[in-house]
Amino acid sequence: MSAGSLFFAVCGLVCLVGALFTVLAQNPIRGAMGLLATILGIAGLFMELHAQFLAAIQLIVYAGAVIVLFVFVIMLLGPDAGSAGPGKARASRWFGGGLAALLSGAALYLVGAHSTGATVFLPARPEHGTVEAVGGMLFGKGLVPFELATALLIVAVVGAIAVARSQNKKKSVEKPEGETRRMFVGPLHPRDAGHPIEKEPAK
Amino acid sequence: MNALGHVLEHYVLLSSLIFSIGALGFLVRRNTLVQLMSIELMLNAVNLALVAYNRVHGDNMDGQMFAFFIIAIAAAEAAVGLAILLSLYRLRSTVNSDEADTLRH
Repeated sequence: MSAGSLFFAVCGLVCLVGALFTVLAQNPIRGAMGLLATILGIAGLFMELHAQFLAAIQLIVYAGAVIVLFVFVIMLLGPDAGSAGPGKARASRWFGGGLAALLSGAALYLVGAHSTGATVFLPARPEHGTVEAVGGMLFGKGLVPFELATALLIVAVVGAIAVARSQNKKKSVEKPEGETRRMFVGPLHPRDAGHPIEKEPAK
Repeated sequence: MNALGHVLEHYVLLSSLIFSIGALGFLVRRNTLVQLMSIELMLNAVNLALVAYNRVHGDNMDGQMFAFFIIAIAAAEAAVGLAILLSLYRLRSTVNSDEADTLRH
C-alpha cells in the first residue's frame, strides 16, 4: 500500500467516524468535536486531491470559525443545549428517516456497484489548485460571484446580529421611580452657597 | 483493484456516505444544534465530490471555485442558523425543533 493510499484510508476513516459521532452524540460538544474531525479529514483529502488552497481555506473557515461559533453557542446555552427530549412528531420523523435511508442506500448501491469502470487520476499539472491559480481565477472569470459573496456575507452578519440581539435592553436602562439622579454636586442656587452640600462618601 | 485513493469512485463513494449520514442526522435528530451540524456535514460532502471531479479535469479549476463559494455560503448559513437558534431558545427555552410550531396553531 503506497503512502497516498494509506493517507486516503486514514482521512476517510476519520471523516466517517467523525460524521457518525456528529449525528449520534447526545452531548452537542462531542458532536462538534466529531464535526471537527470530519472537517480535518476532508482538508487532508483536499491535499491529496491537489487542492492546497481549498485545504487551507477549509481549515481557516471551518475549523477556525464555524466550529468555534458552534462551541460558543453550546457554551452559551449551557446544559439546555443537550436536552432535546422526546419529540412530538415521532411518526413523521421515522418516515423521513426511513425514506432518506432508502434513497441513500439506493444512491450508494448505484455509486458502488454500477459505476462504469474506474476513473484513474492522471498526474496533475504543478499549478493545479495552488493559491496563484485559484486566486487568479477568482479575480478573473469569478469576479462577479466573488463580489456577490462578499455582499452576502455582510448581509448575513448584519441579519445574524439583528436576529440574535436581546430584546429586553430597555428594561435594564430604566431606573426605579421616585429616585432622581443628581448630576451636579455643587449648590444649585446662590442662597445655598453658604451651606455646601455634603459629598457622598466614596465607595 | 485499483490503488486506494487514486480513483475517482473512492472519493465519490466516501462523499455520498458522508452526505447520507448528514441527511439522516438532519431528519432524525430533533436537537437544532445537531441538525445545523448535519447541514455542515452535507455541505462538506458536496465539496469533496466537487473537488474530486475537478481532479479528473486537470485543465480547469471550476470545481474548486464552486467549492470556495460553497464554503463562503456555509459560513454565512452557520451564522444565521445559530442566530435563529438563539432566538428560538429565548422564546421557548429549548433547542428542540419540534417546539418551533407557532405557525401551526
